[in-house]
Amino acid sequence: MSFGTLQLVLRPPQGRFGWWGVGSITLAALVFLWWAALGSQINASNLWNGIPYMVDFLVRMMPPNPEFLERLWRPALESLQVAVWGTLLGVVIALPVCFFAARNLSPSPVVFHATRQLLNCMRGINEIILALIFVAAIGLGPFAGVLALAIHGAGMLGKFFAEAMEDIDEGPLEAFRSAGVGPFKTFFFGVLPQVLPTWLGTIFYRLETNVRQSTVLGMVGAGGIGFELVSSMKLFKYQDTATCILVILAMVLIADLVSSRVRALIR
Amino acid sequence: MIKIEGLKKSYAGRPVLQGIDLSVKAGEFLVVLGPSGAGKSTLLRCINGLALPDAGRTVIDGKVLDLKRGTRGKRPVAMIFQHHNLVKRLSVLKNVLVGRMAGLSSFLSMLQLFPRQDVAIALDCLARVELAQKANSRGDQLSGGEQQRVGIARALAQQPAVILCDEPVASLDPKTSRIVLGYLKAICKEEGIAVICNLHQVDYAVEFGERIVGLSGGRVVFDDTPDNLTSEIVHQIYPGLEDPGIARVLKPRPASQPVLAPMIATATA
Repeated sequence: MSFGTLQLVLRPPQGRFGWWGVGSITLAALVFLWWAALGSQINASNLWNGIPYMVDFLVRMMPPNPEFLERLWRPALESLQVAVWGTLLGVVIALPVCFFAARNLSPSPVVFHATRQLLNCMRGINEIILALIFVAAIGLGPFAGVLALAIHGAGMLGKFFAEAMEDIDEGPLEAFRSAGVGPFKTFFFGVLPQVLPTWLGTIFYRLETNVRQSTVLGMVGAGGIGFELVSSMKLFKYQDTATCILVILAMVLIADLVSSRVRALIR
Repeated sequence: MIKIEGLKKSYAGRPVLQGIDLSVKAGEFLVVLGPSGAGKSTLLRCINGLALPDAGRTVIDGKVLDLKRGTRGKRPVAMIFQHHNLVKRLSVLKNVLVGRMAGLSSFLSMLQLFPRQDVAIALDCLARVELAQKANSRGDQLSGGEQQRVGIARALAQQPAVILCDEPVASLDPKTSRIVLGYLKAICKEEGIAVICNLHQVDYAVEFGERIVGLSGGRVVFDDTPDNLTSEIVHQIYPGLEDPGIARVLKPRPASQPVLAPMIATATA
């Protein structure tokens, strides 16, 4: 096909159904998106009509209440403390499990798949839901938040730890084996030095994520700044809410900055 | 004295080694020549237990070597690899200590505590390859040739009866190759360690080998001194080789050698 001096250059589809195949896949994709839009009630006019209320909300938040900071710094620090121990416990849980989840180190394929699924389940449940469960089990307070972050985080850390071990150079392990060195020392001197930078990077990335997550855990009573956020909204003290959001933003940004600096240092 | 008796190994029904008999004396430098896929690596891996042979055994100084996978503890067989196989982020000294590690406590090793005697042996082995000054460098800070010398030191630290080398210079330039093989030969002679060295360069085999074993199709087709290696035999080992330069590295010899004729005949059969 050509348009004046322009020529259309398209590689014909290689599949069995040619252009018909491409056309039907495109149509199917459009139908799917339309179906999802109907289900989620996407509606431009609702958005348009809601703008004045959003502006109203923002106006009522202004200016943020600086006095509220005085009540906020304690729960903010608590969120940080929850994030730190949530991460640490996550590492402690992930470490013994991750060897079985690495294809090349796992004793058998059955163990490998079982461990991977276990990690998937741990990771599959959202932190807030885990926090609800732990609040019900051990009562309100930050420790429930720590456990929620630890379980969810262990699922993610275990998978990433295992994948890092799958990527190692196995040549040195052969050298250890031919020198008759046992599995523990082989791991400690042959595997760990190779995966340590990746592992530390993963841990700091998880810490950053946990700082972000810990700021909302308070909504379900699992400690931290999230509780203040929700209660200020319930009391219609939007200026306090604004302060809360700013503090959370600052925490997340700082965590992000520190984490990426540290990860750059390790590399 | 290392004796390899009736070694057989097949992978997925494809025979790789079809009955290898070899013996190497202490302090002898044996070169195994053969094309890729001839079973050179498999031979070495069967000797040190990285692969389990289907049949046959290795006897070292009268004792049968237990090849069961997972056998731990000190081994009389050490190995040098083509790609060095050092742990790159570990110090050179610790890489050499790997050769001593089989007998050491896991707990103390984890605390980075090693018996003074073993550290002394490791340092001594590093000095043998003239890298004592690099003991605290990281593995990946060394050049390829230096890394292979650390590989030699690691094997030497095992205080083995035999060192197996799997294409130790295949990824090194000619000058470095010669240096590395020089260290190996010196250690072989001075320590009285038997060396079985896989090579695919005929010229190095002739220069460094005291005895050459030609491997082809999983069988030994030649086992003699380099002086008796003829260009016919080289062509026997590497079928279809077209390299007029080969004749130059071989020792010129009288035209006919009836002694070798039967051997070629059996190998061709």
